[in-house]
Amino acid sequence: MSATPIAVRRPLWRRLIGFNMLTGLALGCGGWFLGGWIGGWMAVHHNYLQSATSCNGCGGTDQNDVGIYMGYLFAVIGWLVGLGFLNYPIARLRGRPPSMKHHETTSWTRYFKLCTDHKVVGIQYLFGVGIFFFIGGLNAMLMRTELLRPVEQPWPAGQYLTLVSLHGTMMIMMTSAFILGPFGNYFVPIMIGARRMAFPRIESLTFWLVPAAGLILMSAIAFGGLPFGWTGYAPLADQARAGADAYVMAFILISISLTLVGLNLMATILTMRAPGMTWRRLPIFVWGVLSTSVLQVLAAPVLLATMTMVLMDRATNTSFFLASAGGSQYLYENLFWFFGHPEVYILALPGFGIVLEILPVFARKPLWGYPLAVAGMVGVTLLSFMVWQHHLFVSGLNAGLRPFYMLTTELISIPTGFIFLNAMGTLWRARIRFTVPMLFALAFFFNFLIGGLSGVFVSDVPSDVTTHGSYFVMAHFHYTIMGGLVFAFFAAVYYWLPKMLGVTLNETLGKIHFWLMFVFFNLTFFPLFAAGFLDMPRRVSTYAPGLQTLNDFVSASAFVLGFSMLIFIANLVWSLVFVREPAAENPWASRGLEWQLPTPIPVDNFERIPVITNGPYEYGVAGAAPVAQLTPGALPAAGS
Amino acid sequence: MTEIAGNEIVPQRVPHHWWKIVGTWLVLVAISEPLIVLVLGPHLPPGRMSAEAGAQTDANVVLTALLVPIMLLVWVVFVYSFVVWRSRDAAVVDGPPIKGHAGTQLLWIVITGAIVIALAAWGSYTLVASSHGAGGGQGPNPADQPKGASHALAIQVIGQQWEWTFRYPSYGGFESRDLAIPDHTLVAFHVTSLDVTHSFWAYGLGVKADAVAGVDNVAYVNARKTGFFQIRCAELCGLWHGHMAKKGRVLSFAGFQAWAKAAKTKNAAIQKYLSPYNPWYFPAPLRRAG
Amino acid sequence: MTTRVRLALVAAGIVAGGALIAYYIASFLVVTPRSVAASGTGKQAQLTLQTVAAFGHPPHVDWVTYLAREPNGKWVHSTVLHVPAYATVKVTVYQFDTATGLRNPFWGQPRGTVGGTINVNGKATNVLNPDDASHTFAIPDLGVSVPLKGIADNAKNQCGVAPCALSMAHTTTTFVFKSGKPGKYRWQCFVPCAFQFPLGFGGPMQSLGWMDGYLMVG
Repeated sequence: MSATPIAVRRPLWRRLIGFNMLTGLALGCGGWFLGGWIGGWMAVHHNYLQSATSCNGCGGTDQNDVGIYMGYLFAVIGWLVGLGFLNYPIARLRGRPPSMKHHETTSWTRYFKLCTDHKVVGIQYLFGVGIFFFIGGLNAMLMRTELLRPVEQPWPAGQYLTLVSLHGTMMIMMTSAFILGPFGNYFVPIMIGARRMAFPRIESLTFWLVPAAGLILMSAIAFGGLPFGWTGYAPLADQARAGADAYVMAFILISISLTLVGLNLMATILTMRAPGMTWRRLPIFVWGVLSTSVLQVLAAPVLLATMTMVLMDRATNTSFFLASAGGSQYLYENLFWFFGHPEVYILALPGFGIVLEILPVFARKPLWGYPLAVAGMVGVTLLSFMVWQHHLFVSGLNAGLRPFYMLTTELISIPTGFIFLNAMGTLWRARIRFTVPMLFALAFFFNFLIGGLSGVFVSDVPSDVTTHGSYFVMAHFHYTIMGGLVFAFFAAVYYWLPKMLGVTLNETLGKIHFWLMFVFFNLTFFPLFAAGFLDMPRRVSTYAPGLQTLNDFVSASAFVLGFSMLIFIANLVWSLVFVREPAAENPWASRGLEWQLPTPIPVDNFERIPVITNGPYEYGVAGAAPVAQLTPGALPAAGS
Repeated sequence: MTEIAGNEIVPQRVPHHWWKIVGTWLVLVAISEPLIVLVLGPHLPPGRMSAEAGAQTDANVVLTALLVPIMLLVWVVFVYSFVVWRSRDAAVVDGPPIKGHAGTQLLWIVITGAIVIALAAWGSYTLVASSHGAGGGQGPNPADQPKGASHALAIQVIGQQWEWTFRYPSYGGFESRDLAIPDHTLVAFHVTSLDVTHSFWAYGLGVKADAVAGVDNVAYVNARKTGFFQIRCAELCGLWHGHMAKKGRVLSFAGFQAWAKAAKTKNAAIQKYLSPYNPWYFPAPLRRAG
Repeated sequence: MTTRVRLALVAAGIVAGGALIAYYIASFLVVTPRSVAASGTGKQAQLTLQTVAAFGHPPHVDWVTYLAREPNGKWVHSTVLHVPAYATVKVTVYQFDTATGLRNPFWGQPRGTVGGTINVNGKATNVLNPDDASHTFAIPDLGVSVPLKGIADNAKNQCGVAPCALSMAHTTTTFVFKSGKPGKYRWQCFVPCAFQFPLGFGGPMQSLGWMDGYLMVG
């Protein structure tokens, strides 16, 4: 790597040659063909691999799972090499370690490369997972189109199942990093007074794995689709066509990404806090990120292991999950849900952190009951590993276990409920300002209340016998995940975009987006509780004709909900591309440390590591010290 | 009401907020609870066609009646805050620096803890003692057996891609596409699968048990009324998952005997080819033969 | 960058996005085999189908499949069949594949046909040895389920490429059922005949146009 700083502006075509996304795509495609060829060779010459086709030597990829896996594997390797992830290790091996930054540009092209600036990674995540979120939402709109009629129309049954599976998988994969990715990466170092994250190159890696996983998942369409929903129960997953290999590979990549994100954030928060940043002064958002990171580090590797077992069942004739050959379907269900339940708390906890962070700013009062909020998050983290069998209440597991899991599942609603007390206390005697972020944060509480209380229904085993596998469960988790996490995401976007991109978003469009989304979200999902009670199972494209009116109402509301997302995109485009009104440095008059910095935030965040002198929620306290000394002269006396 | 900004927290006449909130809440609860119990309750699923369905319906009614007031309380506090404590200043003015109140937090923890533990205890009692599994599948060694379980009428439910078939071991082990059960008789469904995981959901009966290959998943039901009930598959099992639906019947005992005799005759031709009755099957071909 | 250029770029983005969505829908979502009408007039309809051991053409050379014959005599690779409502439908299936056996022997008994019997190679019967079944034709919502006898493993002149000519080894099964009120009913095969998919039920067994289809009545 040359040490020449980029001072001369080279022509665009010249700048396109190098380690960037385009090179990654090109090498990825090359890797796909190379891997497919290797896999085909392996399959034909080793007939224990379940893939030889009747056409000897043709190596067609119809059922050549080995070929597909090798293809994806080499594609991902090519993608990462093309982006430049091997540069630093190879340079070190050659004895010439480059610094992390000297050849990185400051132009817009750095958003399409390996960039070790955590703020760049945050923005990459924002757009990267955002795109897949909207693709997943498009699939949902297409699903609701099918459900307008009780028979399969306009898509046939197999394609509908692929829509269902893609919607669910894309949403879970993408929303796992919906808040930690953009906002965790961008703001956690700033909020704790650090200049970078603990492992900047790993941070960039976690991002670039996400588009790879998303593209691989979408390629499932070309390989026969996905018939098994986002949970991918084996042996249906063993039986599926090659599209399942795309699903497995995508989940493997995402689980690696999740584990590394969690590791990175944990290391940063635990070891890189600025002087004076005691645990009691840590912003509640950072607490939310920390608890989520713990969950990710512990749960995501289980997903990796489970998916590897599915891979082996599909490609190498093992029978982990085939009962007729000595395996067990329960093994899959337990392993998957041991990951799957902490996963839903990975989705919920960052939402808690966001809304509790935003509420004090617009209520102009301290966060009421801060230690209780922290205790709630920690309690949820600990308990979330002890409840997973509530997904298997009627599956035939040892029925003696059911009261225990009913108890633990009910217990977890106690720490989850703390945030409501925090919110009510923060709003008590406040001076509430209804800005767009505040509206989304308040809507979070409305939605999560319904979602959480409906969870009490499904945690009660007799009631679960009624509702398991029906639309009731679907309404429950959409209320908690979409009504919770997605609303918190939009609250965070409207709150932090002025700092991240330095541009003000149009408030009128924001309010239209909010009201349409909030009203039609509830109109879409509340009737689905009734649909589940009225005997409509999940993931079906056909239903009792008597439910058509209900489904039509839900579909119509869903279309308007989708339209509200278009309003958001229009707002983004309008504000970012056309109007481009520069934002004030602290438009919300927030006490957060990130708001005391100029916009745009300098590359190294702080000129000097700040000294934290107060908590971020000291609203209304007369004579409160500022949250930090940004240019500290001397360290404070011990004990302050 | 005067407020002194500063670092004193002056209680003022704060209790009047509490009374207004609690009062509004009590009024809403007084309106909603009778509606839930008397108007909504009888319509909550799954109905009372069987004892287990009745237990589930009771659970649903109790849960709704308990959780709606909680929801209303939170709503009332929020809406009251929006109306009364909305900022009316153009400039950004801070509110009083109230950081917490130990008594309120303790009360909240105690009350939510008590509700949760009571629900868990009551749910366990219903599950284990009073409804004996509440119609849910309990696996091959059911822990919550009703009295007389050893004499229960066994009916095997076989899930396969993509149809349900049923075997009646007490009637010679004949197999039929149709399900009928006698009323006022303890029936044990033995649910299994020949391939992937399905879930046998008899809606009106309140029975749901996953059909897992190689496993005998037992669910008890005691029907109380004759009539039809809907059967669906509640676990995604492939292409025609949504189409695995049919109707089952509850007949009087005599009617059931007659039905079983007729069904056995109707399916007599294939009887000699059926595998011997077994709690589970691993039929050939396991994988595609030639 | 002027406003005009921005506008053009945003418009181009919207067009590109719309085109991708349209492509997704047109090339994947709505793809379904074309409908084949039964021959015959009024309330008497005839359907003629064949099942083959291997399709022999791309996209899936070695998949088993059904084919249907159009009224003009041409064999079409489709499983979407159209019959009139409230009609008597006579179905003839030419079966060119060897026997796999039924996973659930229960389906060896024909059901839902007029008289409860089927005609196999000219002989009426009310049950088939499950080990002899190569495929089945079942319309569960109409109660129809018919096993199809396989050819012998060592039969001469086996067909390997669709459509198969009647000169090749085959069995002929005919049966009659009544179509009822109008609707769209699914039909499928109940033999796990999908080569190399675990439990024999993947691939063609879960794909429309191969071993699954729709019966459009009315």
